Amino acid sequence: MLQLQVTNSPFNEEQAELLNRLLPTLTEGQKVWLGGFLAASPSAAVSAAPAPAAAETAAPVQAAAAPAVSKDVTILYGSQTGNAQRLAQKAGQTLESNGFNVTVSAMSDFKPNNLKKVQNLLIVASTHGEGDPPDNAITFHEFLHGKRAPKLEDLQFSVLSLGDSSYEFFCQTGKEFDQRLEELGGKRIAPRVDCDLDFDEPAAEWIDSVVKSLSEAAAPAAQAAPAAGTQVAESEYSRTNPFRAEILESINLNGRGSNKETRHIELSLEGSGLTYKPGDALGIYPENDPKLVEELIAAFGWNPDETVTINKQGDVLSLRNALLTHYEITVLTKPLLEKIAQLTGVDELHELIGSSEKLKEYVHGRDLLDVVQQFGPFGVSPQDFVNVLRKMPARLYSIASSLEANPDEVHLTIGAVRYNANGRDRNGVCSILCAERLEPGDTLPVYIQHNDNFKLPENPETPVIMIGPGTGVAPFRAFMQEREESGAEGKTWMFFGDQHFVTDFLYQTEWQKWLADGVLTKMDVAFSRDTAEKVYVQHRMQENSKELFEWLQQGAAVYVCGDEKNMAHDVHQTLIDIIEKEGSMSREQAEKYVADMQQQKRYQRDVY
Amino acid sequence: MSKTVNDLHQLRAPEGPPSDVEGIKERSNLLRGTLAEVMQDRISAGIPEDDNRLMKHHGSYLQDDRDLRTERQKQKLEPAYQFMLRVRLPGGVATSDQWLMMDTLAHKYGNGTLKLTTRETFQIHGILKWNMKQTIQDIHSTMMDTIAACGDVNRNVMATSNPYQSEVHTEVHALAKQLSDDLLPKSRAYHEIWLGEEKVAGTPETEEVEPMYGPLYLPRKFKIGIAVPPSNDIDVFSQDLGFIAIVENNKLTGFNVTIGGGMGMSHGDTQTYPQLGKVIGFVTPDKVVDLAEKVITIQRDYGNRSVRKYARFKYTVDRLGLENVKAELERRLGWTLEEARDFHFDHNGDRYGWQKGVKGKWHFTMFVEGGRIVDYPDYQLMTGIREIAKIHKGDFRLTANQNLIIGNVSAQSKKKIEALIDQYGLTEGRHHSAIRRSALACVALPTCGLAMAEAERYLPGLMDKIDEIIDENGLRDKEITIRMTGCPNGCARHALGEIGFIGKAVGKYNMYLGAAHDGSRLSKMYRENIGEEEILKELRVLLSRYANERQEGEHFGDFVIRAGIVEATTDGTNFHK
Repeated sequence: MLQLQVTNSPFNEEQAELLNRLLPTLTEGQKVWLGGFLAASPSAAVSAAPAPAAAETAAPVQAAAAPAVSKDVTILYGSQTGNAQRLAQKAGQTLESNGFNVTVSAMSDFKPNNLKKVQNLLIVASTHGEGDPPDNAITFHEFLHGKRAPKLEDLQFSVLSLGDSSYEFFCQTGKEFDQRLEELGGKRIAPRVDCDLDFDEPAAEWIDSVVKSLSEAAAPAAQAAPAAGTQVAESEYSRTNPFRAEILESINLNGRGSNKETRHIELSLEGSGLTYKPGDALGIYPENDPKLVEELIAAFGWNPDETVTINKQGDVLSLRNALLTHYEITVLTKPLLEKIAQLTGVDELHELIGSSEKLKEYVHGRDLLDVVQQFGPFGVSPQDFVNVLRKMPARLYSIASSLEANPDEVHLTIGAVRYNANGRDRNGVCSILCAERLEPGDTLPVYIQHNDNFKLPENPETPVIMIGPGTGVAPFRAFMQEREESGAEGKTWMFFGDQHFVTDFLYQTEWQKWLADGVLTKMDVAFSRDTAEKVYVQHRMQENSKELFEWLQQGAAVYVCGDEKNMAHDVHQTLIDIIEKEGSMSREQAEKYVADMQQQKRYQRDVY
Repeated sequence: MSKTVNDLHQLRAPEGPPSDVEGIKERSNLLRGTLAEVMQDRISAGIPEDDNRLMKHHGSYLQDDRDLRTERQKQKLEPAYQFMLRVRLPGGVATSDQWLMMDTLAHKYGNGTLKLTTRETFQIHGILKWNMKQTIQDIHSTMMDTIAACGDVNRNVMATSNPYQSEVHTEVHALAKQLSDDLLPKSRAYHEIWLGEEKVAGTPETEEVEPMYGPLYLPRKFKIGIAVPPSNDIDVFSQDLGFIAIVENNKLTGFNVTIGGGMGMSHGDTQTYPQLGKVIGFVTPDKVVDLAEKVITIQRDYGNRSVRKYARFKYTVDRLGLENVKAELERRLGWTLEEARDFHFDHNGDRYGWQKGVKGKWHFTMFVEGGRIVDYPDYQLMTGIREIAKIHKGDFRLTANQNLIIGNVSAQSKKKIEALIDQYGLTEGRHHSAIRRSALACVALPTCGLAMAEAERYLPGLMDKIDEIIDENGLRDKEITIRMTGCPNGCARHALGEIGFIGKAVGKYNMYLGAAHDGSRLSKMYRENIGEEEILKELRVLLSRYANERQEGEHFGDFVIRAGIVEATTDGTNFHK
């Protein structure tokens, strides 16, 4: 939702702040009610305010009909030598100092799908060679001129083009953008300016005229703040206000006899307004294991029904519920142990904290119950104790589905964590909640965590190499679904691995179908415990080193998801090995090659 | 049936477009297809159907654990694909080394068990695609192979596992091996795909041929068995081509020849039926291989290649007429068969326990329920036999009744073997009822793709209940053959069981009665589509009547006919009547 400011609303600073604080917390239902309440109220002068404000400009009627004019400005540049980029940044600074919210981005970093959401667009583009767009403008230029280009009726734009008049197609790219944006329905807020090699003065003039007309447009129109009605509306749900998503399906993906349990969970986002893209993550606020909570309370000798205050606002919960839902009880940290030591005055705890080595060893595979059982009971009050605890953090899972393919749904791939340490069976908080205690019909508090650093290439033709053993498979299922849906034609190559072929080939039949349908070009799998010698994904990469390097040379983007410590590290080294060998490069050159890929966002990782 | 020798020149194969399998064989480049490639693919443990059809000729085919199908589908996993691998073991004789290898492979690549089949050979179930090559190579390393153990070719050649006429047995076994080897496909496909043999460059001059089979092989499987009377353990009349040893003055003089037997049929199609082979004459041992080749070429030329369920040799014989086939055979041989000699069969079961053979050698026949070699929680069968194989210098003989003979034990070794038999409680089955020891079951669920009902997994439990009836009627020592198959294809030779069950649906069987105890008469359907309760109810009545009304020495299969409970099936063609 739009941030209300003095400049874009009829409210004073204090009012705007109060509203800004209140509005995001309202549910859809509350907003509707409030809207009705204010409209019906005789003192609803506030709601009438837009009209006189709009009257300040030429055409109030038009302003009412026109879409909301935002103070958000997107400046995209297509730059070969850097001039266009610098001018774009300068324009950005100028606009910012005039109270605009500015995003400056290379066209290659801008997701074309987001174009629909942009209301104010400035383009600074140079022209290259024989009227060609610069490299980092090519895909955006193609997109805009292609079939998938969206209608841009709500867009206001202006173009600054750079060129060299000694060439035939002077400022050609800028001219094309200018013309095309108009064709797509955009309204030009300032005429295009074409600059020759001496561009400083005309460029400065263009910036001035743009700032002027944007300021004029924004001031009156901003009252249309109830932009909530437009499709750009964002969800009211967030990290601080999670949505309770219903579980639609929960399947164990591992066949009988497996050492593993990997849950495929499908959640409903219906009514949440939450949206996501492949590569994004879902945050889940889990509940602790009731058995562990019970044991913990018993170890203290407390009454589970005693109430505790859980926050500064004074919200109260029973001790049992507070430990179930509000506090983290399964992870030991140094600050936590320090606070407990301080609270309880137990000497041994102080001693433990004193030695960082001992402490490190101690916290590994232990939880609060261990501390209480070993050093307690401390004779402290429940309230004093919970005061030192951390609030339950959310768990993030890479999303395993495409929203395009599964409207109103989000799928996850969650590995059940179970192990025995220090004489007790221990469970992952969220994974075991999902595996053992929740079933379809139950709900989970969730939110979307966007991740811009793990995104499919903007160009659907770019070859994609995916390396995702184990639960690392998740985002690639989302990738495949998305590409299947969009009909992306670039080739794709998946590397998957796990322990056993028969039981642990996650989403096997889906991969087989994508292969058969050509959505997936190639797949290599490694099952480490099926053979005498353990085989991992990096070995399959090695076996295919020649072809893999060819793909890289063709501009393939490489994605790695999954275990960080071993897998991602080995895969990284293998990638360098392959480039070194197949590209006949030195180690340094190969490392540089990978670093460049990273720079170009052709090597993205989501590792944990 | 009324055709005469004069019709000979009109002998024809049935009209009709070739079946799909004919096309697959034709395109296969002599059984290669794309097997070499698809076995490399790591994304599926399965192979395409066309290649699976060819795979059979290499002694294996793809199955899946049917118990897990639905569950795995939900888990987004493909069916639990696995290969069944069947060994070619002429006459069912294996050395200790070979036994130990099979035991090792069963654990290393299979499901930890071995199946002794009704055709006297080993099957390993549950082998994953990527382990097939190594498994076949390891089998090969002990001088065994799996060529033609399934498919449209001559299958494993059976011979009576007769332990007490060892000299004749040795000769018969040698002949079984000779037949098996001679009738192998000559394609090098098996050696290339599994054993890593280099491909021979295919110049026109050296183009590979199948001299006997031709590029399309046979219209259907072909089975040969040799029986040594008085034992008809191999059910010689169930074979496409059977040989009945004629022993005169303790010498093997030759064989009566039977043609046109076979067990399989399809539910609901009375044009399909089990049939018994018929004796057409006598040959001396030196002519057996020649005769077998010529019989096979007749089936090759005149068998039905359009409809597979009518393609077995028995239908060819019945269609062309026995005399016509015999005449054609003699024409191809260039000589005539001698008059058939007298013979007499007693039984088609096994004789359990220790038997003394010639040259002071001993043979121990042990009862193996369902032919399944496995360690049960309270019965270390597999371990016991493994321990014996480690010291045994004789041989192992897999019987047609899915049992095992520890053969050719010297007098000195007998004590040691006996000690192991005792230690592991390996049993000749004396504590079992005779009827249980005479029971056969095919594999059926969960791995067999054809099964409509349980067999091997279900029969032991059913036998527990039948045993109660047996005991109530004092029939504990009475041998009654009882055979159960999960479908009508007849792997357990159900139509030759004095009591037979053919699966119709899960928990439902057709019940058959009246086959001869010596395998010389087929059974007749008695009840259709009945479950366990009705099976037991029927048996309670039948066995009680048998206990009270039977004549001296009368077998159950004969009794039910004399008592008018079922009509005798005098020929396969009236099996359904």
